[in-house]
Amino acid sequence: MFVLIVGAGRVGSQVAKAALASGHTVSVLDEDPLSHERLDEGQRTTWEDSGGRFTVGHAIEVEALLEAGIEDADVFIASTNGDNTNLVIAQIAQKRFEVDRVMVRVMDPARARWYAEQGLSTICPTIAAIDEFKSALEVV
Amino acid sequence: MYVVVAGGGKVGWNLARELIEKGNEVTLVENNRQRYLAIEEELEHAVQYGDASELWVLERAGIQRADLVIAVTGDDEDNLLVCQIAREKYLCDRIIARVNNPRNLQWFELLGVQPAVSATDLILRLIEHEVPSYGLVHLLDLPAEQLEIIEVEVTPGAPAAGMAVADLGLPEGSLVISVLRGGNGFVPKADTVIEESDEVLLVLDPGLEDAIMEQFAPVAQGAS
Repeated sequence: MFVLIVGAGRVGSQVAKAALASGHTVSVLDEDPLSHERLDEGQRTTWEDSGGRFTVGHAIEVEALLEAGIEDADVFIASTNGDNTNLVIAQIAQKRFEVDRVMVRVMDPARARWYAEQGLSTICPTIAAIDEFKSALEVV
Repeated sequence: MYVVVAGGGKVGWNLARELIEKGNEVTLVENNRQRYLAIEEELEHAVQYGDASELWVLERAGIQRADLVIAVTGDDEDNLLVCQIAREKYLCDRIIARVNNPRNLQWFELLGVQPAVSATDLILRLIEHEVPSYGLVHLLDLPAEQLEIIEVEVTPGAPAAGMAVADLGLPEGSLVISVLRGGNGFVPKADTVIEESDEVLLVLDPGLEDAIMEQFAPVAQGAS
């Protein structure tokens, strides 16, 4: 599968490496050229030598999305550090480019819940953290 | 009317002040603490501190009863989200969004956030209007309704000059709605004769501009 990941922070870069390791075609888009280092880190070869793609550009720019290969993407992951950016580009991927599977990271539980009700696959790390803390407290 | 304004920059602050002066009830939401405090000195309870893309902040601002929601932050994604949530979650019929980067206009359309206002576009329109050699001015574009209103100045020697409106033979889907002559506007009748340097307002289906221009301001005699 062709996986396009927008936002190569702590989450995006690890998901990218895992997806590449399991044999997917992976393209990463990030506005910061330095984020490339996170893709190389801990690897024996560079990201490109391992077969990965990397594009520098802003997620909401259509040229950047095209260059990163959004037209061929089977999976789109929005994992920038901005909830609103993620929610907008996820809807662009879904509505304009008709990507089959769109997943979006949303830190704010309220927005994550509401957009999930609207049919987006939202992933909210905050809800996961709250649940973990709650169950940890129950053990104490 | 109750108006919620997201973003207390130059646009938002001035907008809030004007709306209040016109007798509306306004809540402005600003998420920069310093900026909020400065605005609060003037607008007092009409400004709230918070991130307008958080649902509880919008609810605290009373979005459920808002007649109009205006998103004018400096961030297009924020403006898009606030307006989308206002319309789809809180069922607010009337929204207005500011577009900072005109290239993002397509995303506002894609997500159904209309009208979206871009300062860059407005200035471009003004340039069209202020520079007569440009010939054709778009006064109103309603792409969803497949309708636009244009203004065109009749150039010397244009086919339409000296002809009655009825004889113009305008393309199907276009209609002369007004003529501005010597500073006065009037609604033309079938026998009104179009004159040189009249400014003619037409309503038309998009795509007919070229045919209209040929009649009123052909390129050969036009823009110089």
